[in-house]
Amino acid sequence: MSVLAPAAPVTAEDRVSVASNWRLVWWRFRKHRLALVSALVLLVLYLVVLCPDFFSTQDPEATEAKLAFIPLQRLHVFDGWRPAPWVPDVAGKRNPTTLRMEWRVDQARKIPVRFLVTGYPYRLLGVVPTRLHLLGTAEADGRERLHLLGTDRLGRDQWSRLVHGTRTSMTIGLTAVTFSVILGVLLGGISGYYGGLADAVIQRLIELLQSLPTIPIWLALTAALPRDWSPQQVFFAITVILSLVGWTTLGREVRGRFLALREEDFVLAAELAGASRGRIILRHMVPTFLSHIIATSTLAVPAMIINETSLSFLGLGIRPPAISWGVLLQEAQNIQTVALAPWLLVPGAVVILSVLAFNLVGDGLRDAADPYSP
Amino acid sequence: MTRYVLKRLVLLPALLFLFSVTVFAIVQAPPGDFLTTYVATLASSGSSINAEQVEALRREYGLDRPVWVQYLRWMENLAKGNLGLSLEYQRPNAELIGERLVLTMVLALLSFVFTWVVAVPAGIYSAMHPRSVVDYLLTVVNYVGVATPNFMLALVLMWAAFAYFGMSVTGLFSPDFVEAPWSGARVLDLLKHIWLPAVVLGVAGTARLTRVMRANLLDELNKPYVTTARAKGLSEWRLVVRYPARLALNPLVSTIGWYLPALFSGSLIVATVMNLPNIGPLLLRALINQDMYLAGSILLIYCFLTIVGTLVSDILLAWLDPRIRLEEGG
Amino acid sequence: MTTPVLQVKDLRVHFFLDEGLVRAVDGVSFDVAPGQVVGIVGESGCGKSVTMKAILQLVEPPGRIVGGRILFHKDSAPAVDLTQLSPKGPELRAIRGAEIALIPQEPMAAFSPVHSVGEQVIEALRLHERQWRPSGPRLSRAEARSMTVDLFRNVGISMPDERVDAYSWQLSGGLRQRAMIAMALSCRPRLLIADEPTTAIDVTTQAQILNLLRDLQRRHGTAIVFITHDLGVIAQMARDVVVMYLGRVMEQGSVEQIFHAPKHPYTRALLKSIPSVNVPPRTLLPTIAGSIPHPLGRPRGCPFHPRCPDAIAGVCSERVPALGPVGPNQLASCFLYHRDEAVEP
Repeated sequence: MSVLAPAAPVTAEDRVSVASNWRLVWWRFRKHRLALVSALVLLVLYLVVLCPDFFSTQDPEATEAKLAFIPLQRLHVFDGWRPAPWVPDVAGKRNPTTLRMEWRVDQARKIPVRFLVTGYPYRLLGVVPTRLHLLGTAEADGRERLHLLGTDRLGRDQWSRLVHGTRTSMTIGLTAVTFSVILGVLLGGISGYYGGLADAVIQRLIELLQSLPTIPIWLALTAALPRDWSPQQVFFAITVILSLVGWTTLGREVRGRFLALREEDFVLAAELAGASRGRIILRHMVPTFLSHIIATSTLAVPAMIINETSLSFLGLGIRPPAISWGVLLQEAQNIQTVALAPWLLVPGAVVILSVLAFNLVGDGLRDAADPYSP
Repeated sequence: MTRYVLKRLVLLPALLFLFSVTVFAIVQAPPGDFLTTYVATLASSGSSINAEQVEALRREYGLDRPVWVQYLRWMENLAKGNLGLSLEYQRPNAELIGERLVLTMVLALLSFVFTWVVAVPAGIYSAMHPRSVVDYLLTVVNYVGVATPNFMLALVLMWAAFAYFGMSVTGLFSPDFVEAPWSGARVLDLLKHIWLPAVVLGVAGTARLTRVMRANLLDELNKPYVTTARAKGLSEWRLVVRYPARLALNPLVSTIGWYLPALFSGSLIVATVMNLPNIGPLLLRALINQDMYLAGSILLIYCFLTIVGTLVSDILLAWLDPRIRLEEGG
Repeated sequence: MTTPVLQVKDLRVHFFLDEGLVRAVDGVSFDVAPGQVVGIVGESGCGKSVTMKAILQLVEPPGRIVGGRILFHKDSAPAVDLTQLSPKGPELRAIRGAEIALIPQEPMAAFSPVHSVGEQVIEALRLHERQWRPSGPRLSRAEARSMTVDLFRNVGISMPDERVDAYSWQLSGGLRQRAMIAMALSCRPRLLIADEPTTAIDVTTQAQILNLLRDLQRRHGTAIVFITHDLGVIAQMARDVVVMYLGRVMEQGSVEQIFHAPKHPYTRALLKSIPSVNVPPRTLLPTIAGSIPHPLGRPRGCPFHPRCPDAIAGVCSERVPALGPVGPNQLASCFLYHRDEAVEP
C-alpha cells in the first residue's frame, strides 16, 4: 500500500497542540468578554489601592462642621458641545431654626474641573512627597468646592474617603484569601501527601472548624479585640480572623487532590527517577491543580470583602479613624440620615461592583482552567 | 449508614464540650469584664457608682473568681438546664433567648421557603433555555444578588420605603402589637412585617441557588440517560423534572441541613440593621458588654444547630441518593 | 418491492461550532426494508451515531438537520417525513419509543441512576399505552409490573421479579444491556436503532446479546439499524451494509457483496485491515495509511482521497463523487467507477 502524505496546511489544530497550558488558559479566558471587562475593572481598582491620594480630591480626614451634608456634585463631561468637564457649584444657607448650614446644588454656576492639579500634600507610594492629584478645581485656593460624592455629617469629602476605603477593603480581601490559600495548601498538602497521624489530626481540625457557626464566631472574635489597638494591628487581626475559618474548604480539596495524585503513575515515575519529595510536590503535583486554586481563590475574595464590610458596618471590624467601605456605610445606618443624604449609600454600590467583578473574573478563570468545560 | 449516624451522635456531646470551652474563652478574651463596661457606660451618661458598690456587684455576679471557676459554674448550670442569668438585663437567659428564638426560626424558615420556591423553577427554566433573554436577565439578577451584602439590600430597601413612601419598615411588629400577647391579629401583623426581612435575607441565597441549580442541570442534561428518556417519547418538561432535575437537586438538598443554621447566623446582621427582635442583636450586645453567660449560651446554641444541621444534611443526601444508601461498603 | 419502513434521503446534519462548521452528516441515503437488519459501519467520527440521532430528531444543538428527508412508513399510512416534525411536538413523541426505538451506546449511563430499571420500563409502557393497546382498560400497576417481568424474562434476564426492582448500577453489563433491549422493545416498535450495543460488553456476552437480538427480530419482525465499527458483528447480523466515512456513504449493498466483492477502496482497506489467523507469523498488521482528518479540516473533493491508494490525481481532490451503482443492488461513490457523476460539495 502506498503511503500518501496529506499535504495539509498548518491548521488551527497544530497551533493549539504546541501551546503551553498557561497559553491555553489565557486563550479560553479571552473568549469571555465579560470576564475581561471585569478584570479591567479590578485592575483600575487596584491602581487606586496603590495610590489613593493621587485619586483623592481632599484630605479624607479633614473635618469641617459647616461643610456637613453637601450634596453630590455630578460630574458632567460635556459643556454644551465642548468636552470640558465641570460640576455644578453648591450654595450654602444657614437654617434659621437649627442654625446649621444647609447646602443645595446650584446648577447655574459651573465649576470647571481640571486634571492633574495641585492639591494637598502627600507621599506617593509612601516615599515621594508630591502634591499632584488626578482631579481638582482650577483654582487651588479652595474657594470652589469639589465634592464628587458629597460630604458626610462631619463635612468629610466622601469621594476621597471612598478612594481610601477602597484601599483597605480590597487589600484585606486579598490578604485574607492569600493567608487562607497558604494555610489550605500547606495543611491540605501535608494531610494528603503524608497521611497517617498528620492527616488524622488535620482532618479533625478541619471538621471542628467547619462545625463552628462562622458569623457568630467572627462577631465574638472581633469583639474580643482590645479597643486600644492601633488601626494597623486591627487590620492585621481582622485579616487573620477572616482567613482562619476560610482555609478549611480549600484544605479539604487540596487534600483530596493530593490523595488522588499520590497514586498516579507520573508521581511514581518521578520517584523512580530519583526526584526529591519537595521537587515532586512542587514541580509535578501542584501544577496540575494550580489553575483550579487560582480560580477558587479569586472566587473566595468576594466573600471576604463582604464579611469585612459587614463586620466593620457593625462596628466590630475596621474602626474609625481607619477607613473601609464598611466604616463608610456605618454613617448610613440611620434611616433619617440616609433620607437626608442618600449619597452616603454610594460605597455600597462600589462593594457590589467589586464583588461582581471578582465573581465574573473568577468564573471566567474557572471555566478557562477546566479542560473539560465546553 | 446507621453506624455512621450513630457515631456522629455520640461525638456530639464531646464536640459541644470542646466548643463550650472555646466559646467561653473567646467571650472572656477582651480585657476587663462586664462591670468595667457597665461602669464606663454609667460614667458617660453622667451617673456614677462608687468602688464599694462595684466590688459588691463583682462578688455577687461571681466576677471576682478566676475564669475557670466561672466556666465551671456555667457548665454546672447548663447540666441542670439553666442557661444562667443575664448580667445586663437581670433576667434568666432562657427567657431572653426563648422569645427571640421563635422569631428567628420563623424568619429563617420563611426565608428558606422563599429561596427554594423561587430558585428551583428559575434554575430549571434557565437550564432548559440557555442563552435566551430570560436566562440572561436571570443571570444578571443572580450575579448582582450574590454580590450584594444583605445588610446593604436592607438599607437600600428601608431608605426607598422611607424616602418614597414614608413607611418605616423597622421592627417586626407595629407599635400596638410589640408587647401584646399572641393572637391571630398579632400573627397577621407579624406576617405583614416579616416578608421584607425574609426576602432580604433570602436574596443572596436565592441567587446562589439558582446559579448552582442551572449549572448542575446543564451538566446533567448532557448525559446519555436524558437522551434515552427523550427517545422514549417523554415530553421535555416531564423528562427534565423527572430525571435530570432530580439528580441536579440531590447535592442541593443535602445543603438544606447546613443552610438553616447559616440563615440563623446570616440574619444576625440584617436583624441589627432592621431592628428586629432576633437573637442577633441580643448576641451583639452581649458580646460587646461581655455579658458572658448570655453570649456563651447563644454561641453554644449556634454551635449545636450547626452540628445538627450538618448531620441532617448528610442523612438527607444519603437518603435521596440510592447509590450512597445501598453501597454499605463503598 | 416492498415499501421500506424507513427511507433516508440525502440527509445533512451540520454542527455550528464557534470554531467553524462541522459537516457531520453530508448527504447520506439508505433504505431499511421491513423486518431486515441494516448495518452501518465506519470508523469513529464518521457520522453514524449522528445519523441515527437525526432520525429521531435527537441531535443536540449546536447540531441541526439542514437538509434531506427521512421518510417513515407505517403500515399503509402515507409516509411521514420525520425531519418536518417538531422535535418537541406530540407526533414525534408518539413515534419515539412506540414506532422507532433507540438502544443507546452506553447502557450504564443510559439508565437513570436513581430509578429502578423496572420503573423506567413501566414508564415507557404507560407512555405509549394507547398505541399498543388502543382500547380496553388502563394499565394497572400490577399489570404493568407483570408485563415488565415478562419482558425481562423474554430477553433472558434471570430472576426477573427481583431484577425489576434493581438499579442499573447493580446489574452487570450484560444484564443492563438486556434490560435496555427490553425497554426498547416494550412497545413493539417497527424499527429498532441499535447504537453500538455490544461495544461496552465483553465478547462472550456480546455473542449472547447478538443472538438475542436476532431471535427477537425474527419473532417480532422488527427492522433493525445496527451501528458498529466491528466488521465481524456486521457479518453476523446484517443483511444490508452501509459503509460511511466522514459523513458520506462510501459504499452500500448486501452483506455478501460488501464482504466478497467490495468495490470502494475504503471498504477494501477496511476488510484488509481485519487481522487474520491464517497468515504466517510476524506479518505486519495491515493498516490504512494516514489518519482521520480533523472534523474542521475536511479535504476537498472525495473525503477519502488523501488516504486512498487508488486516488486519481486531479479528479479525486477536486470533485466529490456521487453514489452510483457498481453491481446489482450495490452502490459506491468513487470516481473509479463513475468518472462523470459528481456532487455539489
